[in-house]
Amino acid sequence: MFDLFGFGHLLLQGTWVTVQLALISLVLGLGFSLLGAAMKLSDFRLLRFAAGVYTTLFRGIPELVVILFIYFGGVVIVNAVARQLGYDRYIDVSAFAAGVAALSLTFGAYGTEILRGAILAVPKGQVEAARACGMTSLTIGWRIVLPQVWRYALPGLGNTFLIILKETALVSVIGLDELMRRTEVAVGYTKQPFTFFLTAALIYLGLTAIVMLVQRKLEQRANRGVIARSAV
Amino acid sequence: MNVSLMIESLPALLQGVWVTLELVVAALLIGFCIALPTALARLHGNALLRSIAVSYIFFFRGTPLLVQIFLVYYGLSQFDFVRESALWPILRQPYWCALIAFSLNTGAYTAEVIRGGIQAVPSGQIEAARACGMTPTTTFVRIVWPQALRHSLPAYGNEMILMVKASSLASTVTLLDITGVARNLVAETYMPIEILSMAALIYLAMTFTLGQGVLAMERRLAAGRS
Repeated sequence: MFDLFGFGHLLLQGTWVTVQLALISLVLGLGFSLLGAAMKLSDFRLLRFAAGVYTTLFRGIPELVVILFIYFGGVVIVNAVARQLGYDRYIDVSAFAAGVAALSLTFGAYGTEILRGAILAVPKGQVEAARACGMTSLTIGWRIVLPQVWRYALPGLGNTFLIILKETALVSVIGLDELMRRTEVAVGYTKQPFTFFLTAALIYLGLTAIVMLVQRKLEQRANRGVIARSAV
Repeated sequence: MNVSLMIESLPALLQGVWVTLELVVAALLIGFCIALPTALARLHGNALLRSIAVSYIFFFRGTPLLVQIFLVYYGLSQFDFVRESALWPILRQPYWCALIAFSLNTGAYTAEVIRGGIQAVPSGQIEAARACGMTPTTTFVRIVWPQALRHSLPAYGNEMILMVKASSLASTVTLLDITGVARNLVAETYMPIEILSMAALIYLAMTFTLGQGVLAMERRLAAGRS
Protein backbone atom coordinates (compact mmCIF):
# COMPACT_ATOMS: atom_id res chain seq x y z
CA MET A 1 0.00 0.00 0.00
CA PHE A 2 2.84 2.38 0.96
CA ASP A 3 4.41 2.17 -2.48
CA LEU A 4 3.95 5.69 -3.84
CA PHE A 5 5.38 5.14 -7.33
CA GLY A 6 8.22 3.18 -5.74
CA PHE A 7 9.31 6.01 -3.45
CA GLY A 8 7.63 4.70 -0.29
CA HIS A 9 10.72 3.04 1.16
CA LEU A 10 12.83 6.17 0.49
CA LEU A 11 10.37 8.25 2.48
CA LEU A 12 10.57 5.71 5.31
CA GLN A 13 14.37 5.91 5.27
CA GLY A 14 14.09 9.69 5.42
CA THR A 15 11.66 9.40 8.32
CA TRP A 16 14.22 7.31 10.20
CA VAL A 17 16.88 10.02 9.69
CA THR A 18 14.36 12.62 10.91
CA VAL A 19 13.65 10.56 14.03
CA GLN A 20 17.38 10.11 14.75
CA LEU A 21 18.02 13.82 14.23
CA ALA A 22 15.19 14.75 16.60
CA LEU A 23 16.12 12.24 19.32
CA ILE A 24 19.85 13.08 19.38
CA SER A 25 18.99 16.79 19.46
CA LEU A 26 16.61 16.08 22.37
CA VAL A 27 19.28 14.30 24.44
CA LEU A 28 21.98 16.91 23.79
CA GLY A 29 19.43 19.70 24.16
CA LEU A 30 18.43 18.44 27.61
CA GLY A 31 22.11 18.59 28.55
CA PHE A 32 22.35 22.21 27.34
CA SER A 33 19.11 23.01 29.21
CA LEU A 34 20.47 21.66 32.51
CA LEU A 35 23.75 23.51 32.01
CA GLY A 36 21.95 26.72 31.06
CA ALA A 37 19.54 26.54 34.00
CA ALA A 38 22.43 25.85 36.42
CA MET A 39 24.27 28.87 35.01
CA LYS A 40 21.21 31.13 35.25
CA LEU A 41 20.71 30.17 38.91
CA SER A 42 24.39 30.33 39.86
CA ASP A 43 25.92 32.93 42.18
CA PHE A 44 28.46 34.09 39.62
CA ARG A 45 27.35 37.09 37.60
CA LEU A 46 29.51 36.13 34.63
CA LEU A 47 27.85 32.71 34.30
CA ARG A 48 24.39 34.26 34.59
CA PHE A 49 25.31 36.81 31.90
CA ALA A 50 26.66 34.13 29.55
CA ALA A 51 23.49 32.05 29.93
CA GLY A 52 21.39 35.17 29.30
CA VAL A 53 23.26 35.90 26.06
CA TYR A 54 22.81 32.27 25.00
CA THR A 55 19.04 32.15 25.52
CA THR A 56 18.48 35.61 23.99
CA LEU A 57 20.46 34.71 20.87
CA PHE A 58 18.92 31.31 20.22
CA ARG A 59 15.37 32.37 21.00
CA GLY A 60 15.56 35.56 18.93
CA ILE A 61 17.23 34.32 15.73
CA PRO A 62 15.30 32.20 13.21
CA GLU A 63 16.31 28.52 13.32
CA LEU A 64 16.89 28.56 9.55
CA VAL A 65 19.55 31.28 9.99
CA VAL A 66 21.12 29.29 12.87
CA ILE A 67 21.28 26.17 10.70
CA LEU A 68 22.81 28.09 7.75
CA PHE A 69 25.27 29.79 10.10
CA ILE A 70 26.45 26.57 11.71
CA TYR A 71 26.68 24.73 8.39
CA PHE A 72 28.37 27.39 6.21
CA GLY A 73 30.06 29.36 8.98
CA GLY A 74 31.02 26.21 10.86
CA VAL A 75 33.12 24.98 7.92
CA VAL A 76 35.05 28.26 7.86
CA ILE A 77 35.62 28.24 11.63
CA VAL A 78 36.56 24.55 11.88
CA ASN A 79 39.08 24.88 9.03
CA ALA A 80 40.57 28.09 10.42
CA VAL A 81 41.05 26.41 13.80
CA ALA A 82 42.52 23.31 12.16
CA ARG A 83 44.98 25.44 10.19
CA GLN A 84 46.09 27.13 13.38
CA LEU A 85 46.75 23.70 14.83
CA GLY A 86 48.87 22.77 11.83
CA TYR A 87 46.36 20.55 9.99
CA ASP A 88 46.15 21.75 6.39
CA ARG A 89 43.70 19.30 4.78
CA TYR A 90 40.14 20.50 4.16
CA ILE A 91 37.61 19.37 6.78
CA ASP A 92 33.96 19.00 5.83
CA VAL A 93 31.15 19.55 8.34
CA SER A 94 28.37 17.02 7.79
CA ALA A 95 24.83 18.30 7.39
CA PHE A 96 23.70 15.88 10.09
CA ALA A 97 26.21 17.26 12.62
CA ALA A 98 25.29 20.84 11.74
CA GLY A 99 21.59 20.01 12.10
CA VAL A 100 22.10 18.33 15.47
CA ALA A 101 24.18 21.28 16.70
CA ALA A 102 21.60 23.87 15.60
CA LEU A 103 18.56 22.00 16.87
CA SER A 104 20.05 20.94 20.21
CA LEU A 105 21.32 24.47 20.92
CA THR A 106 17.84 25.82 20.10
CA PHE A 107 16.19 23.20 22.32
CA GLY A 108 18.69 24.08 25.06
CA ALA A 109 17.79 27.78 24.90
CA TYR A 110 14.07 27.12 25.40
CA GLY A 111 14.78 24.29 27.86
CA THR A 112 16.98 26.55 30.00
CA GLU A 113 14.05 28.85 30.74
CA ILE A 114 11.67 25.94 31.34
CA LEU A 115 14.03 24.19 33.78
CA ARG A 116 14.87 27.44 35.55
CA GLY A 117 11.19 28.06 36.18
CA ALA A 118 10.68 24.46 37.31
CA ILE A 119 13.60 24.57 39.77
CA LEU A 120 12.31 27.83 41.24
CA ALA A 121 8.85 26.26 41.58
CA VAL A 122 10.07 23.69 44.12
CA PRO A 123 9.12 25.13 47.55
CA LYS A 124 12.16 26.30 49.51
CA GLY A 125 10.78 24.80 52.73
CA GLN A 126 11.16 21.29 51.33
CA VAL A 127 14.87 21.80 50.68
CA GLU A 128 15.33 23.26 54.17
CA ALA A 129 13.37 20.39 55.72
CA ALA A 130 15.50 17.85 53.85
CA ARG A 131 18.65 19.55 55.07
CA ALA A 132 17.29 19.55 58.63
CA CYS A 133 16.78 15.78 58.27
CA GLY A 134 20.50 15.53 57.56
CA MET A 135 20.43 14.89 53.78
CA THR A 136 23.49 15.91 51.79
CA SER A 137 23.10 18.41 48.92
CA LEU A 138 23.44 15.58 46.40
CA THR A 139 20.69 13.51 48.04
CA ILE A 140 18.44 16.58 48.24
CA GLY A 141 18.94 17.25 44.55
CA TRP A 142 18.33 13.63 43.56
CA ARG A 143 15.44 12.76 45.88
CA ILE A 144 13.63 16.03 46.55
CA VAL A 145 14.28 18.59 43.82
CA LEU A 146 14.78 16.67 40.56
CA PRO A 147 11.61 14.49 40.69
CA GLN A 148 9.54 17.63 41.14
CA VAL A 149 11.46 19.64 38.54
CA TRP A 150 10.72 16.82 36.10
CA ARG A 151 7.02 17.06 36.90
CA TYR A 152 6.85 20.86 36.50
CA ALA A 153 9.04 20.92 33.38
CA LEU A 154 7.48 18.04 31.40
CA PRO A 155 4.70 19.99 29.64
CA GLY A 156 7.09 22.72 28.49
CA LEU A 157 9.83 20.29 27.46
CA GLY A 158 7.30 18.18 25.53
CA ASN A 159 6.06 21.23 23.61
CA THR A 160 9.61 22.30 22.82
CA PHE A 161 10.43 18.83 21.54
CA LEU A 162 7.38 19.02 19.24
CA ILE A 163 8.73 22.30 17.86
CA ILE A 164 12.19 20.77 17.34
CA LEU A 165 10.67 17.72 15.64
CA LYS A 166 9.02 19.97 13.08
CA GLU A 167 12.13 22.07 12.66
CA THR A 168 14.12 19.03 11.56
CA ALA A 169 12.48 19.71 8.18
CA LEU A 170 14.65 22.85 7.91
CA VAL A 171 17.82 20.74 7.83
CA SER A 172 16.73 19.62 4.34
CA VAL A 173 17.79 23.11 3.20
CA ILE A 174 21.46 22.17 3.75
CA GLY A 175 20.97 18.86 1.95
CA LEU A 176 20.56 16.25 4.70
CA ASP A 177 18.63 13.25 3.36
CA GLU A 178 15.83 13.37 5.91
CA LEU A 179 12.11 13.05 5.22
CA MET A 180 11.65 16.47 3.61
CA ARG A 181 14.66 16.14 1.32
CA ARG A 182 13.60 12.64 0.21
CA THR A 183 10.14 14.01 -0.51
CA GLU A 184 11.59 16.76 -2.71
CA VAL A 185 13.63 14.17 -4.63
CA ALA A 186 10.51 12.05 -5.15
CA VAL A 187 8.61 15.13 -6.36
CA GLY A 188 11.40 15.85 -8.85
CA TYR A 189 11.02 12.40 -10.40
CA THR A 190 7.26 11.90 -10.31
CA LYS A 191 5.95 15.50 -10.76
CA GLN A 192 3.32 14.75 -8.11
CA PRO A 193 4.10 17.51 -5.59
CA PHE A 194 0.75 17.51 -3.80
CA THR A 195 0.66 13.74 -3.27
CA PHE A 196 4.16 13.62 -1.86
CA PHE A 197 4.13 16.76 0.27
CA LEU A 198 0.79 15.67 1.71
CA THR A 199 2.28 12.24 2.49
CA ALA A 200 5.23 13.93 4.22
CA ALA A 201 2.79 16.11 6.16
CA LEU A 202 0.86 13.03 7.29
CA ILE A 203 4.09 11.31 8.40
CA TYR A 204 5.06 14.38 10.46
CA LEU A 205 1.52 14.42 11.85
CA GLY A 206 1.91 10.76 12.88
CA LEU A 207 5.24 11.49 14.59
CA THR A 208 3.66 14.46 16.38
CA ALA A 209 0.78 12.27 17.56
CA ILE A 210 3.20 9.64 18.91
CA VAL A 211 5.21 12.27 20.80
CA MET A 212 2.01 13.73 22.27
CA LEU A 213 0.97 10.26 23.43
CA VAL A 214 4.33 9.55 25.06
CA GLN A 215 4.26 12.99 26.66
CA ARG A 216 0.84 12.30 28.19
CA LYS A 217 2.00 8.92 29.56
CA LEU A 218 5.12 10.48 31.07
CA GLU A 219 3.09 13.30 32.61
CA GLN A 220 0.65 10.80 34.13
CA ARG A 221 3.58 8.89 35.59
CA ALA A 222 5.31 12.01 36.90
CA ASN A 223 2.05 13.19 38.48
CA ARG A 224 1.05 9.85 39.99
CA GLY A 225 1.68 10.89 43.62
CA VAL A 226 -0.16 14.17 43.19
CA ILE A 227 -3.21 12.64 41.55
CA ALA A 228 -3.49 9.97 44.26
CA ARG A 229 -3.49 12.59 46.97
CA SER A 230 -6.16 14.78 45.39
CA ALA A 231 -8.39 11.74 44.88
CA VAL A 232 -8.57 11.08 48.62
CA MET B 1 35.88 39.11 10.55
CA ASN B 2 35.57 41.50 7.67
CA VAL B 3 33.71 44.42 9.23
CA SER B 4 33.59 46.56 6.10
CA LEU B 5 31.79 43.75 4.26
CA MET B 6 29.25 43.59 7.09
CA ILE B 7 28.58 47.31 6.72
CA GLU B 8 28.45 47.02 2.93
CA SER B 9 25.86 44.24 3.15
CA LEU B 10 23.57 46.33 5.33
CA PRO B 11 21.64 48.26 2.61
CA ALA B 12 20.79 45.05 0.73
CA LEU B 13 19.70 43.31 3.94
CA LEU B 14 17.56 46.29 4.92
CA GLN B 15 15.73 45.90 1.60
CA GLY B 16 14.89 42.42 2.81
CA VAL B 17 13.54 43.82 6.07
CA TRP B 18 10.64 45.36 4.16
CA VAL B 19 9.69 42.04 2.58
CA THR B 20 9.90 40.31 5.96
CA LEU B 21 7.85 43.02 7.71
CA GLU B 22 5.22 43.01 4.97
CA LEU B 23 4.84 39.23 5.14
CA VAL B 24 4.72 39.15 8.95
CA VAL B 25 2.21 41.99 9.36
CA ALA B 26 -0.08 40.70 6.60
CA ALA B 27 0.10 37.09 7.86
CA LEU B 28 -0.63 38.15 11.45
CA LEU B 29 -3.65 40.23 10.36
CA ILE B 30 -5.11 37.52 8.12
CA GLY B 31 -4.21 34.84 10.67
CA PHE B 32 -6.07 36.71 13.39
CA CYS B 33 -9.17 36.95 11.18
CA ILE B 34 -9.00 33.16 10.69
CA ALA B 35 -8.23 32.47 14.34
CA LEU B 36 -11.22 34.17 15.96
CA PRO B 37 -13.97 32.24 14.10
CA THR B 38 -11.90 29.04 14.47
CA ALA B 39 -11.60 29.47 18.23
CA LEU B 40 -15.34 30.20 18.49
CA ALA B 41 -16.18 27.20 16.31
CA ARG B 42 -14.00 25.02 18.49
CA LEU B 43 -15.66 26.22 21.69
CA HIS B 44 -19.28 26.80 20.73
CA GLY B 45 -19.85 25.32 17.28
CA ASN B 46 -21.96 22.30 16.48
CA ALA B 47 -20.27 18.91 15.99
CA LEU B 48 -19.43 19.57 12.33
CA LEU B 49 -17.91 23.04 12.86
CA ARG B 50 -16.03 21.81 15.90
CA SER B 51 -14.46 18.89 14.08
CA ILE B 52 -13.46 21.13 11.15
CA ALA B 53 -11.79 23.55 13.58
CA VAL B 54 -10.07 20.75 15.49
CA SER B 55 -8.68 19.09 12.34
CA TYR B 56 -7.52 22.44 10.92
CA ILE B 57 -5.67 23.25 14.15
CA PHE B 58 -4.21 19.75 14.45
CA PHE B 59 -2.95 19.70 10.87
CA PHE B 60 -1.30 23.12 10.90
CA ARG B 61 0.21 22.74 14.37
CA GLY B 62 1.35 19.18 13.76
CA THR B 63 3.24 19.59 10.48
CA PRO B 64 6.34 21.65 9.66
CA LEU B 65 5.73 25.09 8.15
CA LEU B 66 8.16 24.18 5.36
CA VAL B 67 5.84 21.33 4.27
CA GLN B 68 2.87 23.71 4.35
CA ILE B 69 4.64 26.27 2.16
CA PHE B 70 5.68 23.59 -0.34
CA LEU B 71 2.16 22.12 -0.35
CA VAL B 72 0.74 25.50 -1.38
CA TYR B 73 3.55 26.61 -3.72
CA TYR B 74 4.46 23.36 -5.48
CA GLY B 75 1.56 21.11 -4.47
CA LEU B 76 -1.38 23.03 -5.90
CA SER B 77 0.10 23.06 -9.41
CA GLN B 78 -0.47 19.30 -9.58
CA PHE B 79 -4.17 19.87 -10.22
CA ASP B 80 -5.31 21.03 -13.64
CA PHE B 81 -8.40 22.73 -12.27
CA VAL B 82 -6.19 24.98 -10.10
CA ARG B 83 -4.01 25.89 -13.04
CA GLU B 84 -7.05 26.72 -15.17
CA SER B 85 -8.83 28.68 -12.47
CA ALA B 86 -8.95 32.46 -12.21
CA LEU B 87 -6.81 32.27 -9.06
CA TRP B 88 -3.80 30.79 -10.84
CA PRO B 89 -2.04 34.15 -11.49
CA ILE B 90 -2.01 34.56 -7.69
CA LEU B 91 -1.28 30.95 -6.73
CA ARG B 92 1.77 30.66 -8.92
CA GLN B 93 3.56 33.58 -7.28
CA PRO B 94 5.82 32.62 -4.37
CA TYR B 95 4.89 35.79 -2.47
CA TRP B 96 1.20 34.95 -2.27
CA CYS B 97 1.85 31.27 -1.60
CA ALA B 98 4.14 32.09 1.30
CA LEU B 99 1.57 34.55 2.64
CA ILE B 100 -1.23 31.96 2.39
CA ALA B 101 0.85 29.32 4.18
CA PHE B 102 2.00 31.76 6.90
CA SER B 103 -1.55 33.01 7.49
CA LEU B 104 -3.04 29.52 7.78
CA ASN B 105 -0.18 28.48 10.08
CA THR B 106 -0.35 31.43 12.45
CA GLY B 107 -4.15 31.25 12.31
CA ALA B 108 -4.07 27.75 13.79
CA TYR B 109 -1.66 28.71 16.59
CA THR B 110 -3.53 31.95 17.32
CA ALA B 111 -6.85 30.09 17.49
CA GLU B 112 -5.49 28.04 20.40
CA VAL B 113 -4.16 31.19 22.09
CA ILE B 114 -7.58 32.86 21.80
CA ARG B 115 -9.36 29.72 22.98
CA GLY B 116 -7.21 29.71 26.12
CA GLY B 117 -7.98 33.39 26.67
CA ILE B 118 -11.74 32.87 26.31
CA GLN B 119 -11.72 29.84 28.63
CA ALA B 120 -9.84 31.80 31.28
CA VAL B 121 -12.84 34.13 31.76
CA PRO B 122 -14.61 32.98 34.95
CA SER B 123 -17.93 31.35 34.13
CA GLY B 124 -19.60 33.22 36.99
CA GLN B 125 -19.20 36.45 35.03
CA ILE B 126 -20.92 34.98 31.99
CA GLU B 127 -23.76 33.65 34.15
CA ALA B 128 -24.10 37.07 35.81
CA ALA B 129 -24.22 38.80 32.43
CA ARG B 130 -26.91 36.40 31.24
CA ALA B 131 -28.84 36.94 34.47
CA CYS B 132 -28.75 40.71 33.78
CA GLY B 133 -30.50 39.98 30.50
CA MET B 134 -27.58 40.34 28.07
CA THR B 135 -27.86 38.36 24.85
CA PRO B 136 -25.06 35.85 24.16
CA THR B 137 -23.60 38.25 21.56
CA THR B 138 -23.59 41.21 23.95
CA THR B 139 -22.10 39.00 26.67
CA PHE B 140 -19.31 38.01 24.34
CA VAL B 141 -18.59 41.51 23.04
CA ARG B 142 -18.77 43.32 26.39
CA ILE B 143 -17.72 40.74 28.99
CA VAL B 144 -15.76 37.85 27.47
CA TRP B 145 -13.79 39.38 24.59
CA PRO B 146 -12.10 42.30 26.41
CA GLN B 147 -10.84 39.95 29.11
CA ALA B 148 -9.92 37.19 26.66
CA LEU B 149 -7.74 39.70 24.78
CA ARG B 150 -5.89 40.58 27.97
CA HIS B 151 -5.45 36.93 28.97
CA SER B 152 -4.10 35.96 25.55
CA LEU B 153 -1.72 38.89 25.08
CA PRO B 154 1.43 37.23 26.54
CA ALA B 155 0.95 34.06 24.50
CA TYR B 156 0.04 36.09 21.41
CA GLY B 157 3.22 38.12 21.85
CA ASN B 158 5.19 34.87 21.71
CA GLU B 159 3.30 33.88 18.58
CA MET B 160 4.18 37.19 16.92
CA ILE B 161 7.88 36.64 17.70
CA LEU B 162 7.66 33.07 16.36
CA MET B 163 6.06 34.47 13.19
CA VAL B 164 8.96 36.88 12.63
CA LYS B 165 11.34 33.93 12.95
CA ALA B 166 9.18 31.64 10.80
CA SER B 167 9.06 34.25 8.02
CA SER B 168 12.68 33.31 7.24
CA LEU B 169 11.24 30.25 5.47
CA ALA B 170 10.01 32.57 2.71
CA SER B 171 13.56 32.35 1.39
CA THR B 172 12.97 28.67 0.52
CA VAL B 173 10.50 29.69 -2.19
CA THR B 174 12.92 32.24 -3.73
CA LEU B 175 11.56 35.30 -1.89
CA LEU B 176 14.10 37.99 -1.01
CA ASP B 177 13.32 38.52 2.64
CA ILE B 178 16.19 39.09 5.11
CA THR B 179 17.26 35.44 4.95
CA GLY B 180 16.78 35.30 1.17
CA VAL B 181 19.01 38.34 0.62
CA ALA B 182 21.56 36.92 3.08
CA ARG B 183 21.67 33.56 1.29
CA ASN B 184 22.25 35.30 -2.05
CA LEU B 185 25.03 37.45 -0.56
CA VAL B 186 26.66 34.36 0.97
CA ALA B 187 26.64 32.69 -2.45
CA GLU B 188 28.18 35.81 -4.03
CA THR B 189 30.85 36.61 -1.44
CA TYR B 190 31.64 33.25 0.23
CA MET B 191 31.64 35.12 3.53
CA PRO B 192 28.94 33.25 5.47
CA ILE B 193 29.97 34.35 8.96
CA GLU B 194 29.88 38.10 8.29
CA ILE B 195 26.65 38.10 6.27
CA LEU B 196 24.68 35.67 8.42
CA SER B 197 25.74 37.44 11.65
CA MET B 198 24.43 40.67 10.18
CA ALA B 199 21.12 39.00 9.27
CA ALA B 200 20.94 37.45 12.75
CA LEU B 201 21.50 40.88 14.34
CA ILE B 202 18.65 42.38 12.31
CA TYR B 203 16.31 39.54 13.38
CA LEU B 204 17.41 39.98 17.00
CA ALA B 205 16.64 43.70 16.82
CA MET B 206 13.17 42.91 15.43
CA THR B 207 12.28 40.20 17.95
CA PHE B 208 13.69 42.24 20.85
CA THR B 209 11.69 45.35 19.89
CA LEU B 210 8.56 43.27 19.46
CA GLY B 211 9.07 41.60 22.84
CA GLN B 212 9.53 44.95 24.58
CA GLY B 213 6.46 46.33 22.80
CA VAL B 214 4.31 43.43 24.01
CA LEU B 215 5.65 43.86 27.58
CA ALA B 216 4.77 47.56 27.52
CA MET B 217 1.28 46.76 26.27
CA GLU B 218 0.78 44.10 28.94
CA ARG B 219 1.73 46.66 31.59
CA ARG B 220 -0.75 49.16 30.15
CA LEU B 221 -3.58 46.66 30.04
CA ALA B 222 -2.76 45.42 33.55
CA ALA B 223 -3.09 49.01 34.81
CA GLY B 224 -6.87 48.67 34.56
CA ARG B 225 -6.84 45.93 37.17
CA SER B 226 -6.84 46.84 40.81
